[in-house]
Amino acid sequence: MLALPPASQPVPRRQVFVGTAVAGAAGLMLVGGMMATWLQFRADAPVRESAKRGFIKDWMPERIIVPEVAANIMLLGLLVVCVMAQWAVYSAKRNDRTHTGLALGVTALMALAVINAQIFIWTQMGVGARDGAFHSMFYASTGAMTALLLSGLVFTAVASFRYLGGRTKEVELVSAHALYWYFLAAAFCAVWFVIYVQK
Amino acid sequence: MTSIETHLPTDVSASNSAIATWLTSADHKKVGRLFIGSGLVGLVAGLVLAIVVTFERINADSYQILSVDSVPQVLAAVRLLLTFGAVVPLLLGLSIAVVPLQLGARSNAFPRLAAAGFWMWLTGLGIAVASIIGNGGPNGGNSDLVDLYLAGSIVLGLGVLMAATSIAVSVLTTRAPGMGILRAPLFTWSSLVGSLAVILTMPVLIGTTLYVYVDHRYARAGFGGNIGVNQWVGWALSQPFSFLLAIPALGIVLDVVPTIARTRLAQRSVAFGAIGVVCVFALAVVTQTSITLPWEGEKFFDNAGSKIADLLPFLLLNVVPVLGLLGVLGLSLLTLKSAKPVISAPLTFVLIGLLGILLGAAAHIVGLVEDAGLIGSVYEAGVYVPITFGAIAIAFGGICFWGPKLWGRSISDKAATPLALLTLLAIGLDSVPYFVAGFADQPAGLVNGFSYSGPQDLWNALTCAGFVVMLLASIAFIGLALKSFTSGAVAGNDPWDGSTLEWATSSPPPEDNFAGVIVVNSATPLTDSKSASSTGKVA
Repeated sequence: MLALPPASQPVPRRQVFVGTAVAGAAGLMLVGGMMATWLQFRADAPVRESAKRGFIKDWMPERIIVPEVAANIMLLGLLVVCVMAQWAVYSAKRNDRTHTGLALGVTALMALAVINAQIFIWTQMGVGARDGAFHSMFYASTGAMTALLLSGLVFTAVASFRYLGGRTKEVELVSAHALYWYFLAAAFCAVWFVIYVQK
Repeated sequence: MTSIETHLPTDVSASNSAIATWLTSADHKKVGRLFIGSGLVGLVAGLVLAIVVTFERINADSYQILSVDSVPQVLAAVRLLLTFGAVVPLLLGLSIAVVPLQLGARSNAFPRLAAAGFWMWLTGLGIAVASIIGNGGPNGGNSDLVDLYLAGSIVLGLGVLMAATSIAVSVLTTRAPGMGILRAPLFTWSSLVGSLAVILTMPVLIGTTLYVYVDHRYARAGFGGNIGVNQWVGWALSQPFSFLLAIPALGIVLDVVPTIARTRLAQRSVAFGAIGVVCVFALAVVTQTSITLPWEGEKFFDNAGSKIADLLPFLLLNVVPVLGLLGVLGLSLLTLKSAKPVISAPLTFVLIGLLGILLGAAAHIVGLVEDAGLIGSVYEAGVYVPITFGAIAIAFGGICFWGPKLWGRSISDKAATPLALLTLLAIGLDSVPYFVAGFADQPAGLVNGFSYSGPQDLWNALTCAGFVVMLLASIAFIGLALKSFTSGAVAGNDPWDGSTLEWATSSPPPEDNFAGVIVVNSATPLTDSKSASSTGKVA
């Protein structure tokens, strides 16, 4: 038996796509768990009186100003990324190499813009991780989200290189790539609402 | 269609030394055996530390070994080594090594991910243990090493997550043609649901640990500093999370029992449901650890409405998983009743292990009744230990059962069976005295400074003896396994007259597992094939 040459590999059932779905579920649990802890801290915070909004939870320190425009741009940017990633799937299914490459390129560009917006938020807020519980948790949450975004960027690069390198039949990889960005957009929606809107 | 490279060319591995081959291999059988071997080492280390702790508990004034400050760290190291250093790698290793064979697959999905998962798990565990040794870990005095412990825990968690992802995707995507999920072997099914449970819970642990790490390193404002480490991430080292990690063991029981009994599993579809029920409700109870039951003695029926409101979620989350376990036990006994099983090491190990898990899960229910006053006592250890030892005993049974397939030689049945009985003794000695001491209000997390009526020295001496027995059984088992590698009896391809696909290939299997593609028509494809051969029909 050992001497026999291996027979042809049975075709795996959408292995990359299923793997991406599983990784996406794990990522959602990561972000979901972190947001749950954040909300628990926020709920446990004492109440203080705000000049504009009456009595509010004293969770985010008063002096911190969150650049909400940049946060909203991140959300919109991720929605555009999802559209571009789906465009890549659409083009790849039609064997349209040019438009697939273009869509993957724009996906990477928009993902970079989203990460850039996150860095802008960090610098504009001027918050130090040592300054308190809110601060350390803010960096842990947004840092974890940024790490996930960077992994999405790497996925885009891998999908682009493989597809443009000649593996134009690999529509499944492009589909999995789009699924991953959908998961990232969903995860960021939670982060955006909990950290940047509700604070 | 995406092409996945699943194996290296044979000439590459042949040109490397044996050690380099093992270190760089992505072959699922080798990665699985690396997990199992490392898990056995972690088990011995954890048991040695447990003996030190329990020995000091007998009489802390006379036998003081540990400084008072180091006790929480040593207790954390014991739990870390027994849970993530033994139970997790033993069961993950068996899954990675055996499941692709049961699926009729050439390899596991993402083999390099599983291999990377092993090395990340090992690195993370090593970092975490080393940091505890250097005065880090929970309640650690060295701040940098507390950070290192948390970082190591994150790396360890990522490694386990990667290995679990490989297993889950393997089951979902690499089954042989014709093998629907309900035709898959029960160990494959339990590995799938166990992996999915890990995939859903481990990221939460990683995220919480990340919060604690950043807070401890920079702010120390929200998570209680070094004291808070156990409060926030200690749940991963206790019941009910340990129960969740033991789920793949149930599939081992349900694969070993009918094979050894040489019959079909009774009510196979019920078995799928029982494992699924255990997983779903164990997963639920992990997320709802705050649900306890206020009993209030004779006043229990005074306010029936609120009592029912307390009772329903309590029963749903804590009693239903035990019913699932009883289902697994019942099906096993039903299967054995309909056959004439030979007493063998795998069968003895898995039945004893199942009883241990059942004991721990049932005892957990009592521990949550508020009026019993057991929360915060060593009763919790009495719940944790039988589940952990039960899972380890089942893993030993799995190694006896599939070891001949993985390395081609049998583990001596005559020598291994008494070790299973020793495991039963260890489970008894490490649970019942803890239960009694818990009812007598011996606090958890302390080795000295407590006093209660009754022979407290005796209870703690018995638990210490239990750990010694388990250590001796484990060392003897490792010795038997090592002996079988070199001088064990040659096993043959199908030593148990099995019915599932792993027994259809040679022992040990070639790098690509199977020479051809196997088409499956039932849940017992090998039995069908044997029947067809004996009657002269083509399967």
